[in-house]
Amino acid sequence: MSASTSHDTLAHGTHAHPNPDAHGDGHDHGTRRTYLIGFALSVILTAIPFWLVMADVISDTMIATIVIMGFGVVQIFVHMVYFLHMNTKSEGGWTMMAAIFTIIVIVIALSGSLWVMFHLNTNMMPGHIMNPADLI
Amino acid sequence: MTNEFWSFIFGRLTWDVLPLHEPIVVITFIVVAIGGLTVLGALTYFKLWGYLWKEWFTSVDHKKIGIMYMVLGIIMLLRGFADALMMRLQQAIAFNGYEGYLNAHHYDQLFSVHGVIMIFFVAMPLITGFMNYVVPLQIGARDVSFPFLNNFSFWMTAGGAVLVMISLFIGEFAQTGWLAFPPLSGIEHSPASGVDYYIWALQVAGVGTTLSGVNLIATIIKMRAPGMSLMKMPVFTWTSLCTNVLIVASFPILTAVLTLLALDRYVGTNFFTADFGGSPMMYINLIWIWGHPEVYILILPCFGIFSEVASTFSGKRLFGYTSMVYATVVITVLSYLVWLHHFFTMGSGASVNSFFGITTMIISIPTGAKIFNWLFTMYKGRIRFELPMMWLIAFMLTFTIGGMTGVLLAVPPADFVLHNSLFLVAHFHNVIIGGVLFGIFAGINYWWPKAFGYKLNTYWGKISFWLWNVGFWLAFGPLYVLGLMGVTRRLRTFDDPSLQIWFIIAGIGALVIAGGIAAMLVQFAVSILGKNKEWDTTGDPWNGRTLEWATSSPPPQYNFAFTPIIHDNDAWADMKTRHAQRPTKDFMEIHMPCNTGTGIVLAGLSVVLGFALIWYMWWLAILSFVALIGAAIIHTFNYDRDYYIPVEAVAEVEDTRTRLLSGAR
Repeated sequence: MSASTSHDTLAHGTHAHPNPDAHGDGHDHGTRRTYLIGFALSVILTAIPFWLVMADVISDTMIATIVIMGFGVVQIFVHMVYFLHMNTKSEGGWTMMAAIFTIIVIVIALSGSLWVMFHLNTNMMPGHIMNPADLI
Repeated sequence: MTNEFWSFIFGRLTWDVLPLHEPIVVITFIVVAIGGLTVLGALTYFKLWGYLWKEWFTSVDHKKIGIMYMVLGIIMLLRGFADALMMRLQQAIAFNGYEGYLNAHHYDQLFSVHGVIMIFFVAMPLITGFMNYVVPLQIGARDVSFPFLNNFSFWMTAGGAVLVMISLFIGEFAQTGWLAFPPLSGIEHSPASGVDYYIWALQVAGVGTTLSGVNLIATIIKMRAPGMSLMKMPVFTWTSLCTNVLIVASFPILTAVLTLLALDRYVGTNFFTADFGGSPMMYINLIWIWGHPEVYILILPCFGIFSEVASTFSGKRLFGYTSMVYATVVITVLSYLVWLHHFFTMGSGASVNSFFGITTMIISIPTGAKIFNWLFTMYKGRIRFELPMMWLIAFMLTFTIGGMTGVLLAVPPADFVLHNSLFLVAHFHNVIIGGVLFGIFAGINYWWPKAFGYKLNTYWGKISFWLWNVGFWLAFGPLYVLGLMGVTRRLRTFDDPSLQIWFIIAGIGALVIAGGIAAMLVQFAVSILGKNKEWDTTGDPWNGRTLEWATSSPPPQYNFAFTPIIHDNDAWADMKTRHAQRPTKDFMEIHMPCNTGTGIVLAGLSVVLGFALIWYMWWLAILSFVALIGAAIIHTFNYDRDYYIPVEAVAEVEDTRTRLLSGAR
């Protein structure tokens, strides 16, 4: 640590001993190879949905949407692994723990909202008016 | 000058928005202005500005920031409580066709601002203050992970409070209730500045809360003293960790929802409008996904405070440490699975309602386990009925009743009768006052000697305790009764004269609570100014068990001259039984972060930005936003960020403590 270290990280450095849960595993900063693999995968995973839409490959819009969402989810994981360097070991497993918790919360919030809103929509919005022209 | 020019400069801010036609607000303004000028004059007369700026406002010391959070919370408590008193008075007299003394416009703002202030600017700063002050000491660290971010977080929270306070005198506050449900909070039904004050005050404060959450998680995970594994952490640190995880996972939802509402209001999108494909129900769904974890954010650290108090004043190790930790973690996850119980009556139907009713009942199990753990900690303990212990007992009685009414509300059919009634109002005040506030008072009495070096006055503390407890039941007992009779919340006038007696009793209760608050302020004043202080020279006035009691009271700037090594939970109690010797020589220089004014500058610019957006002063909004980004970038070029406390200075502080300790023995 140089004298010009930002004090944002300084307090950690003042400890004579690192904490027991975090021994011997700092950040994994990745290599040129992993960045290139991540980049290539991202490009492919972006290009396929583009192609699906532009060339009108799947005629059913619903299925097309689900497929594209699927590619989106895969893309998220590619980013997490290759760009955010997440694995089961870094930071003593804490990044993995944080990721699992985040996924649980997001799954609860999204699936719960869909479930709740589907019921609310069915029960409370009969003959629900999407097009303002229908009002007349 | 033309009108167009002025409306370009001031947006929609005109003389008409000043509430000059409201005598109550004008008188309040005059009193606040006189009071404010007196304080400013006194600060100038006693030449305290430099001291405040150098030692407090720009400080990155977690202890000073913690104290500033507490001061903010207590000042805002006075404001929020004044609103409560006004509502109680209105409801006690507005019968038999009499309109009371508050018009609907004013009354609707009162109940909205009361809720917003009490949650965001009283409870949140007070618990954040405790976590800031205590967590680094309990884990044997010198500061939090990101000291500058900590200062910035505090000032953002204070900035949000400033915006709410401005709304009292310039324009108005939301008249929508504390969660601003659309379509009422949409531009069509609330065209004035109120909801915009709400949105931007919470957005500014939300930045502070989220960053402070990130900071404390990093601190607890990365900066524990060697030997302190997770299952050796003090329970308060555990509950703080879980609370901050909840903050980081849930506040972004609030930010996103308020952003969508702001888009609806500012650029005419239709996320939450009643037609064009929008759904106001989605807003209610999303904001409660944040809102329910929020109540656990408030209560978990208080559970932690009570755990420390229970074991310290029973002279025993906490009963069921492991179950306490697991209960906390289970509550953390379950708090994400119950949000729909806030809107059983919106119409999601039997299957959805029963799922969320059952999850809500399940969450009372870990909470009940905690109550039993505290009781078993007291069992066969040598209990000392000091003030923190008294608050613990009062909490267990009050909170259990609040919890039971909560489980009652969790039954969907019962909720259809009680939804939005005064029963609900009584329930959540029962758990928030009886749980969160009592926890905060226990914590203030418990850690005050650590922060200032002397104990709080017991006489006035006991008066405050009894007034609060009696006042609480007088104020909220009648609301349970009224709620069971079907009286809904947020009403300004009443037709049925038989209800009046209950509101009068509730009003008397509020006055008794006012006495409790006054007694607490007297307690502080007597303790600070009194001649016969109960000085604490040992640093361990209560025969404590956790690490914060191992250092002096108040702790030196660097907390610990040497990082302690932990062998057991209740580290300090363990050191005392092993007769561990405090190192008195071979000190080393200590690396510390420098103070910086950037936090206060950034938060000040954020307040200006919020104000400009509220009043449609677009030029000022753009200017302050650019300045905000610019100031943040300039700060990254400030390389003068750290310094070393020389060995001599450390040795001097430590030798003074050695002398004090030998004198005390």
